[in-house]
Amino acid sequence: MRLADVEMKEVRLTTPVSDADIARLELGDVVYLDGILYTAREGVYRKVVDEGCGLPPGVRERTNVNFHCSPAASVKPDGSHAVEAVTATASFRFGKSFTKWFEQSGAKVIVGKAGLTETAYREYFVPHGAVYLTTVGYGLGATYGRSIKRVVDVHWLRELGIAQAMWVLEVERLGPFLVEGDREGRSLFALANREIDLRLDEVYRGLPRYAMSRFGEATSRKDELV
Amino acid sequence: MPRAIPAKLVEDTARELMARAAIDIPPDYREGVRRARDREQNKLARFVLTEMDKNWDIATVDRRPMCADTGLPRYYVRAGNEAVIEGGFVTLERALRRATADATASIPLRPNRVHPLTRVDHNNNVGIHAPEVTFAFEPDADWIDVTTVHKGGLFGSDYRMLFPADGIGGLKRFVVDTLVEHGKRGLACQPAIVGIGIGGAKDTCMRLGKEAACLRVVGSHNPDPEIAKLEDELTALGNYIGIGAMGFAGTSMVVATHIEVAFAHTGGMPVGIHQFCLSSRRATARIHPDGRVEFRTDPQWFTDYYRREGIE
Repeated sequence: MRLADVEMKEVRLTTPVSDADIARLELGDVVYLDGILYTAREGVYRKVVDEGCGLPPGVRERTNVNFHCSPAASVKPDGSHAVEAVTATASFRFGKSFTKWFEQSGAKVIVGKAGLTETAYREYFVPHGAVYLTTVGYGLGATYGRSIKRVVDVHWLRELGIAQAMWVLEVERLGPFLVEGDREGRSLFALANREIDLRLDEVYRGLPRYAMSRFGEATSRKDELV
Repeated sequence: MPRAIPAKLVEDTARELMARAAIDIPPDYREGVRRARDREQNKLARFVLTEMDKNWDIATVDRRPMCADTGLPRYYVRAGNEAVIEGGFVTLERALRRATADATASIPLRPNRVHPLTRVDHNNNVGIHAPEVTFAFEPDADWIDVTTVHKGGLFGSDYRMLFPADGIGGLKRFVVDTLVEHGKRGLACQPAIVGIGIGGAKDTCMRLGKEAACLRVVGSHNPDPEIAKLEDELTALGNYIGIGAMGFAGTSMVVATHIEVAFAHTGGMPVGIHQFCLSSRRATARIHPDGRVEFRTDPQWFTDYYRREGIE
């Protein structure tokens, strides 16, 4: 498969996302989500994976979609919440936690930034039937923010702070996202990188070696860095 | 004694700047991204840039932040030599910290600032050395210019000590290395304004590179014609690499390259590279002692005086 073969079919998914819907997703499909999802990043992963807290009651039953992000949100004086924009954070940093995370959370759809390697998808995602959607841009904060209909709940707000708390959000046509990691563990970015790599030798032709190299520099410029 | 600029006016203006920066994409950058999209042949990268363009309209219409990662808010203040602040410069610094905390709740911004080790978050983007306030001066003026920049903080920047023997070739190599490293998978949130600081001490080149990325508008050039030529050459080189928006194969990697230089140690050529992302957030206001406030999107940070070379 080449990048040019990606069809970019538009798909609308309702949460919790069914196994059948997940199985139909193809790399590069343009996805919009309806229903409920929650934010979870380092703080929540630490609670759930490292401390074994489990998801707060009721969350696992309502949704299997985890958004790697924290919102531009605030707590108003009356105690209600304003969430104006949401943008993903880079997902590769959660790599080692995923197996336990999937076991503990029951998540099947991860939404985030920049995806993971195909090795990571095969090792962590495929055994749990999970897929990865990447946000677009990055930085469609306002577009995504407009699709948030309601803050359903906030968990661990005092302990983790606004940016790291778990925000449970009701959304309507939240997107667009792109299918980056499919059920077989293929990656859209890996597809792109293979095409980029074909050109790199030519790009580097004529560029000199440094007078002094740096300790620990990657041995091949085609190595995955995430 | 000249009339003093009221401290409250500084605080109110700074709060307004925070909102404008977070919400309204500067037109020079937006036009640059549209040109990049029109050149872009890869349909995924084109799709990304078209969605970004729509996103900026939504942000402005809804008055909501264009990106939820509202970066690390900071300020650049240029004070005229004759400018007087009511309460002095410490009062000004306090006004900027208060405006940051207020705007974080009212816009809202994401409270990104945490203690680096304990990760404690005050939920207001204020803390130790946060927000940074950089000062510069201008002769024959009684106003102050306040600029806020909200730059994303994780990917796209790098520093390297190059040597005279590395020359322009080595510089190009370092630029390409940095763009490829952070361009794959779109980590740099490209297409970006690439700012390059060359020379000075290590911190000087990092500071100048960041200022070149964040405080010059797309379409501007360094006044030195040789450096201006190099800016265009590096933009072309960056878009020749073959990486587009979000790391899809394409040509939309660099919207513009801005280079600023400082006199360096005779044995070295330190280089700092920064990429101002798809949410290139900046806003400026000039505050006059008579209470007039003029908002603009061009910080006009690099004045002739700022780039001065001689003794006077």
